Amino acid sequence: MAAFKGLAIGAKDKAMNAIGWPNWRRLNQEGIVFAIAILLFAAAALSLPGFLTADNLVAIVRSVSVLGILALGMAVVIIGRGIDLSAVAIMAMSVAWYLQLLNTGTSDGLAFAYVLAGVLAIGLLNGFLVAYADVPAIFVTLATGSFVFGYVRSQLITQDAVPVPQGHWVELLGGVRFLDIPVEVFVFAGLAFLVFLFLRYTKWGRFIYFAGDNPVAARNIGIPVRPMLVLRYALSAVVALIAGLLTAASLHSINTRVVNSTLLYDIVLVAVIGGIGLSGGRGGVRNVLVGAALIGILLNAMTIIDIPLLYQNLIKAAILLGAIIVDGIINPRDEQTAQQGDI
Amino acid sequence: MRLLRTLMAAATALAVTAFAAPSFAADDPGPAAYAKALNGKRVMLVPLAMGFDLAQGWAHYLKKEVEAWGGTFETRDPNWVVDAGAQAITDAIASDTRPDVLIIHAPDLNSYSKLMKKAQAAGTYVILVDNPANFPADAFVGSDWDKLGQLEAEAAIKGCGENSSKKIGLVQGDQANSSSLYQYAGIMKVLEKHPDFQVVAKPDSNWDATTSRNVTTTMLQQHPDICSIIDFWDGDATGASAAIRDAKLDGKVFLVTTGGGEKAADCDKLNDGTYGAVVMTDLARQSGDMNAIIKFLLQSGQPAGTSHTYIYTLEKATTKADLKPDSCWDLKALQAEAAAK
Repeated sequence: MAAFKGLAIGAKDKAMNAIGWPNWRRLNQEGIVFAIAILLFAAAALSLPGFLTADNLVAIVRSVSVLGILALGMAVVIIGRGIDLSAVAIMAMSVAWYLQLLNTGTSDGLAFAYVLAGVLAIGLLNGFLVAYADVPAIFVTLATGSFVFGYVRSQLITQDAVPVPQGHWVELLGGVRFLDIPVEVFVFAGLAFLVFLFLRYTKWGRFIYFAGDNPVAARNIGIPVRPMLVLRYALSAVVALIAGLLTAASLHSINTRVVNSTLLYDIVLVAVIGGIGLSGGRGGVRNVLVGAALIGILLNAMTIIDIPLLYQNLIKAAILLGAIIVDGIINPRDEQTAQQGDI
Repeated sequence: MRLLRTLMAAATALAVTAFAAPSFAADDPGPAAYAKALNGKRVMLVPLAMGFDLAQGWAHYLKKEVEAWGGTFETRDPNWVVDAGAQAITDAIASDTRPDVLIIHAPDLNSYSKLMKKAQAAGTYVILVDNPANFPADAFVGSDWDKLGQLEAEAAIKGCGENSSKKIGLVQGDQANSSSLYQYAGIMKVLEKHPDFQVVAKPDSNWDATTSRNVTTTMLQQHPDICSIIDFWDGDATGASAAIRDAKLDGKVFLVTTGGGEKAADCDKLNDGTYGAVVMTDLARQSGDMNAIIKFLLQSGQPAGTSHTYIYTLEKATTKADLKPDSCWDLKALQAEAAAK
């Protein structure tokens, strides 16, 4: 955790850090990214007409809602020193299968039960292979992701794009608004709050940090490290299903081509750019929100300025690289900050 | 009298000969030459992916025809991955069962050029479909994307009308695919002739529906009075239509797109007002063109790479007003037909 990182931090800072307050005196990556996001926001608000309107702000949050939801699931896994590369495949293929079942006349309850069981099975398989078979998470989830995509695409659905049946609740869900704010924004906010409560105030949530920081020590003091690992991957799979349902709700169809897109990297990016270390044990929901805010503001501003996609990718990459370099200069790695298993 | 008899005999003989003439039809050299040239020939289709309407439609019509003349029809599914497509083509050229005709749906202008050259050198005819490439293939069958863009722009102008804001938004595909680049060029050609119409934004969707929705949402917030949006593919135009729906601008923004004329993807959405106009490819005819050029090339006796033919498919902007029962083809029906066999 950040609190254990620097030795020169005062007791008060330490206490504040423990409850999740950012450490302003010592700027870390999260702080840098947050500052960049604020700067970008201010610049866009001043120079771009139509940026600082309620509708546009809602649009920004909405555009990163599904990404943010997936990043929440990813964050929980990464904090526990893992990674889930099957998230996007589970998200797209579970919903595609669900819609395919509905389109071919399976009853809604049964179809949903099948899909939920399938999603949980993959999550549990991921967790089991990582926890009990000791296969590195990066290989396990890469393989199960490809398996899920290949199996569903070749055996269970006939086409890349599967439409939502007319009048189905998924279609109606996409039209749900409170105060003109789309439903996925509320789901994102709600899930963020739930994950925050889980990580901060539940015993198992706290244990994730210990297990991520030092799995062997955590196990030695009696924390059920392995069952908790399985739980995290199952959680990540269910979060992916929710993200997929919201995508289908908005577009009235799901296109499995998204598995080939850069979405998976964007999810890891949102988590990592916000300051969740890939080596585990550090970070929280706030980091995801900061990362998502930066990406959302950046993409929205570039779309308003009408920058071509090629340059958008270049600018996005440059800012991310810049943040990492600045972090490297301000917080150099040494024997104290580096951990075993750091990527 | 004798003369008359002779004449009659001659006339009879002539008549007999004349009646016997149809028996020459059995010696029509056509079918034999046709069978000799085509029988056992291999045709392979390598689309961008087998999972979308165009590729499935082509495969259906090609398979039917190729198998009818005694050939073998195969497909490869690179699933949108350029490398996988290149691998499929490389394997096909090198295999013992090298295809005699390779039909390639190129992902961009250059990626497969070298491989296609290799295929021709090995004696395989190369037909490009749908997406042009920087390569002199034996034939190109598909849309003239520039013309298609012009049709879209004309439909958008008509959809906006004279008393509108005359603001048009574009949702491009990307900056690498020829279909996107030429479509854009065609749209701009028409808009140059209508200087009162202006393009207010032209973001890329990267062919992804969620991205299309996000950029269209922003576009509509910046320019709520846009009268028409042209999205470069019906595969991601569902995103643009979702943004229009969310902004409660249904019926106010005339959405134009292009697609393969599949029922669920195009006609149903024209019917329910999601799309204002769709420039549709007549897929059955396009597949027919491919079949014809395959038969021609295999009988021509010319080495691969000798001639370069362009066969552009007739395109038309279809609106709800001119929808007919046969405006679209039905993928579900084709799949049911294939399953029944």
